[in-house]
Amino acid sequence: MQGVLPTVGVMALATRTGRRPSTLATLWRSTVGKKTVMAVTGVIMLLYLVAHMLGNLKIFFGSTEFNGYAYWLRTIGEPALHYSWFLWIVRVVLVAAVVFHGVAAYQLSRRDLGARPTAYAHRRPRAGYATRTMRWGGIILALFIVWHLLDLTTLTVNPRGEAGHPYQNVVADFRNWYADAIYIVAMLALGLHIRHGLWSAAQTLGANSARRDAALKFTANALALVLTAGFVAVPVSVMTGVVS
Amino acid sequence: MRLTLRIWRQRGPEQPGTMTAYEVDGISEDMSFLEMLDTLNERLILDGDEPVAFDHDCREGICGACGMVINGQAHGPERTTTCQLHMRHFSDGDTIDIEPWRAAAFPVVKDLVVDRSAFDRIIGSGGYVTAPTGSAPEAHATPVPKPVADTAFEHAECIGCGACVAACPNGSAMLFTSAKVVHLNVLPQGAPERESRVLDMVGTMDAEGFGGCTNTGECAVACPKGIPLQSIATMNREFLRAARRAPR
Repeated sequence: MQGVLPTVGVMALATRTGRRPSTLATLWRSTVGKKTVMAVTGVIMLLYLVAHMLGNLKIFFGSTEFNGYAYWLRTIGEPALHYSWFLWIVRVVLVAAVVFHGVAAYQLSRRDLGARPTAYAHRRPRAGYATRTMRWGGIILALFIVWHLLDLTTLTVNPRGEAGHPYQNVVADFRNWYADAIYIVAMLALGLHIRHGLWSAAQTLGANSARRDAALKFTANALALVLTAGFVAVPVSVMTGVVS
Repeated sequence: MRLTLRIWRQRGPEQPGTMTAYEVDGISEDMSFLEMLDTLNERLILDGDEPVAFDHDCREGICGACGMVINGQAHGPERTTTCQLHMRHFSDGDTIDIEPWRAAAFPVVKDLVVDRSAFDRIIGSGGYVTAPTGSAPEAHATPVPKPVADTAFEHAECIGCGACVAACPNGSAMLFTSAKVVHLNVLPQGAPERESRVLDMVGTMDAEGFGGCTNTGECAVACPKGIPLQSIATMNREFLRAARRAPR
């Protein structure tokens, strides 16, 4: 009897051949799930950019209003939150979004490049410009974020660099041709990135369908155009003397 | 018609290969692309040379066996299979580049023949329904709404030729896998395996070394059966749903 029981036990165990990994593990381990991470973090960053662009435009109402707006941002959530805590929460979320977006993009790109080891001898133009430049565009944007934080957040490379006076810092900054050039190039890269990225995110999240495709493409193009124009308006206005 | 063909010649799986030029003459514009290659092969055989190896079977555009990259386009310039591509789409004196599907998951077997058994393994991991065998069931036993049947048919058109993988800059099999997943997941007959199907097929697709989707849309342009790009969005939706809901 004792010799038979363990055999029965093994057979009974074999009924369940293994458990599926958790939802998060399923997502991170698959190409589809990793793209979902990119889509969600991309949308988080995009929503932030819309708020950032609208805030930037307050520069056209003068120094007092712009600096006051910058101060107000630090008081959001008071008295529940301490001074500037809201801003720090946003920064932590954004850094996490950038890191996850970048790591997923790097891992997927490595995989994608490895999946087509031999190029075709007969080359022809493929896909749209925005689609083809997603990887390089992403690298340009990552480098720009570092520059942008050093320039207007930590004020390390800002020519004026006076904390609490963002209006004056912005104006001093954009009087330099190289600051304008860096900013405008990055914003054009941003526009292209969003043009493909927003539609692509909808596709990845399963929100696209034959019926919605045209509307989603239009939205992505419109938002890319509005964001680029809104951001570029600031350095152009400083260069032309509209803002001084 | 007189043509110059530049064809990828490779003796075997791990052998080096090269683009080799051939002149063919007397090509009728009514010939299919494969008949044009047959003409070349007859001459090569008579000359004692090795004929160009390529896959083909039904030659009426429904089996998915044939496929080659013609002038950088999977199945050539028309939206059809290589067997249904006719020489009238080319001009006298043209130089035509002919290459095999290029993807890590589709290793070259010989010349223009690639090993597409990775597709079979994706199908094997979930591209089926569990159904009792025996006599055919009563057709009205399981009602299927017309729009659902249309969606299933649209995706069932996929013949698994691999043009989507060949056209994709990432060598991704997302369009193929999505066609199979959507075809079965929309039908009531496919409902019992709805979650496991998409999780397992995507898992096998990744394990076979296909790349991920960057939504370039090249696959849907190359597809001879017109599987729409939005199928990938539908599969993504099914995958995200299954990742949350699959029994563990």
